[in-house]
Amino acid sequence: MPDEFAIDVHGMTKRFGDRTVVDQIDLRVRQGEIFGFLGPNGSGKTTFIRMLCGLLRPDAGNGTCLGRDVISESDAIKRQVGYMTQRFSFYEDLSIAENLDFVARLYSLKNRRQAVRDSIEQLGLTSRKDQLAGELSGGWKQRLALAACMIHQPKLLLLDEPTAGVDPKARRDFWQQIHQLAAKGLTVLITTHYMDEAERCHRLAYISKGILLAHGTVAEVVDQAHLSTWSVSGPNLLALSEKLHNLHGVQQTVAFGNMLHVSGNDAVALEAAIAPFRTQEYEWRPIVSGLEDVFIHLMDTSQDGSSS
Amino acid sequence: MKRRFEFSPARFWAIVVKEFVQMRRDRMTFGMMIGIPLLQLVLFGFAINSDPKHLPAALLLADNGPQGRTLLNAIRNSGYIDFVREVKTEAEAREALSHGEVQFVVNIPENFSRDFIRGERPAILIEADASDPAATSNAISSLRSLLNTAFQNDLKGPLAFLAGGNGPLFDLRIHPRYNPEAITQYNIVPGLMGVVLTMTMVLITGLAITRERERGTMENLLSMPARPFEVLLGKIIPYILIGYIQVGLILIAAYALFHVPMVGNLGLLLATALVFITANLAMGITFSTVAKNQLQAMQMSFFFFLPSLLLSGFMFPFRGMPHWAQAIGEVLPLTHFLRIVRGILLKGNGVQEIGLELWQIVLFAVVALAVGVKRYRKTLD
Repeated sequence: MPDEFAIDVHGMTKRFGDRTVVDQIDLRVRQGEIFGFLGPNGSGKTTFIRMLCGLLRPDAGNGTCLGRDVISESDAIKRQVGYMTQRFSFYEDLSIAENLDFVARLYSLKNRRQAVRDSIEQLGLTSRKDQLAGELSGGWKQRLALAACMIHQPKLLLLDEPTAGVDPKARRDFWQQIHQLAAKGLTVLITTHYMDEAERCHRLAYISKGILLAHGTVAEVVDQAHLSTWSVSGPNLLALSEKLHNLHGVQQTVAFGNMLHVSGNDAVALEAAIAPFRTQEYEWRPIVSGLEDVFIHLMDTSQDGSSS
Repeated sequence: MKRRFEFSPARFWAIVVKEFVQMRRDRMTFGMMIGIPLLQLVLFGFAINSDPKHLPAALLLADNGPQGRTLLNAIRNSGYIDFVREVKTEAEAREALSHGEVQFVVNIPENFSRDFIRGERPAILIEADASDPAATSNAISSLRSLLNTAFQNDLKGPLAFLAGGNGPLFDLRIHPRYNPEAITQYNIVPGLMGVVLTMTMVLITGLAITRERERGTMENLLSMPARPFEVLLGKIIPYILIGYIQVGLILIAAYALFHVPMVGNLGLLLATALVFITANLAMGITFSTVAKNQLQAMQMSFFFFLPSLLLSGFMFPFRGMPHWAQAIGEVLPLTHFLRIVRGILLKGNGVQEIGLELWQIVLFAVVALAVGVKRYRKTLD
């Protein structure tokens, strides 16, 4: 049943010059799913999204988006996809109402005026609808952008770092809205840097340097990494970190507030490595690896892999 | 605490270095800074000549006597006039003049030589296309000087008796047509219509697409179902309206303030203006698909405007320029539009006379728009 997947692509590749930005990514996103797309800056997330909605032509790869071919039917895909760009990309010199009206016209909506009015009402901006978009604060711009890419009732939302630079309250409201939309059957592909947001996704994928390193539910991704982690607290953790860092069995040491997470793939080697430091001074505790530990691990190992 | 004047060479130098680095990154701007003075040097230095010579003329020769030939040689030797064709009738001559094929018609009437010898002071008739007074005035004054000099060496032997008389031996009747009073405004003001349209239309659309790209709205526009042709046409139409407002303003000013004669059909003028405006908008759109940002689009527009202004015949007589400059001028839509506007307003030209000029503008528009549509990318690659 291919219809089950809103996105189903294979071997998606994009090169800029001799730099491969997205390297043979396979991805399946089920309908009604909130799919988190994670990875460091410059890892190819935006490029991948742009290929999905026809903004960039892939150099290799194929597949479907909403049952349409991503290469040959990008016009049809565009009509059913809402894409929210990383940077606010509506017209700052048009008012809120004018921006929405423009978008509604481009999608040739039948009940255009009604759709625009409803959209403004849902935004709660009826009294400010004639204000210029450029005068809005970051949070409101983000809401406007979301409203604009929802106005044609798309089946798939592609959101590129929608919550960057938005305050925590607005972020929480935003996620609530996304979950409500997904409950109604909308599929959402969202990129983010925030771990708490990643954990709100039904499933997620981690991409680094254009390569898909892990995907699945949060638990699956953590499991797949086979990472053992110890948490340690005590005095002068920086110095401890320096000492642990190069030992066999220790793959990473990451500071979390006044704790240090020490992780490695080989649980036995890790425990052996930290044994000499398990003194009165420090309090050691084995913990379940978090998503962040896993991601830092993935990022490090992928770098090692590419440099060797 | 007193504020002292502080100057830190290190900080000052930091700014200088940064400016140079940025200048080096923006190759286009750097190129323009070098290119524009070079262009100006070439255009002003080599192309422009406010004393045009070798103006094309038609000859209507009905006299076969030696004095007629002497006079013709004298006219040729002045260097101002080149006879490019010989015509048989006055109607033919007039047609060549109104098409702009020739600048002058020199008419040496029957029995010129006979009457000359008889001392009857025969007249030759010179018709000039004086719509651009600057192009013809020097040639006309050189012709006038021929009155006294043309036959200087011929008045010997049997003709010696003619030398004694006072005053010139023949008469020169000059008919400056289309702008008989040689009023510069009659030429400049209609031409200004083309200049203003070139300047504003190319620039304004040049910015249209680069602005979308610079502000990031292009990405959004591309992700929505809008086709290139819809976008380009949609961006052109509003400016056509603006162009017509400009045309209207200039026409009203030409009529009310400068009393420019309007001999021809205004409807025809407005129709050709549409073609001309479209050509310029197409050029602007094409620039904006090439330029990376608004500054570059502006520089490109300027790079287009400068030769348009100088080589079209607006500021300096077209025929005064060397051939290579005329060849460039022939490509530019402004050159043809100037001829059309002046033709319609001053000469009363109709479709037949301006047809060829109009086609050349159409050709330019089609090529420019084709390049624009081809270069406008539906993707961000």
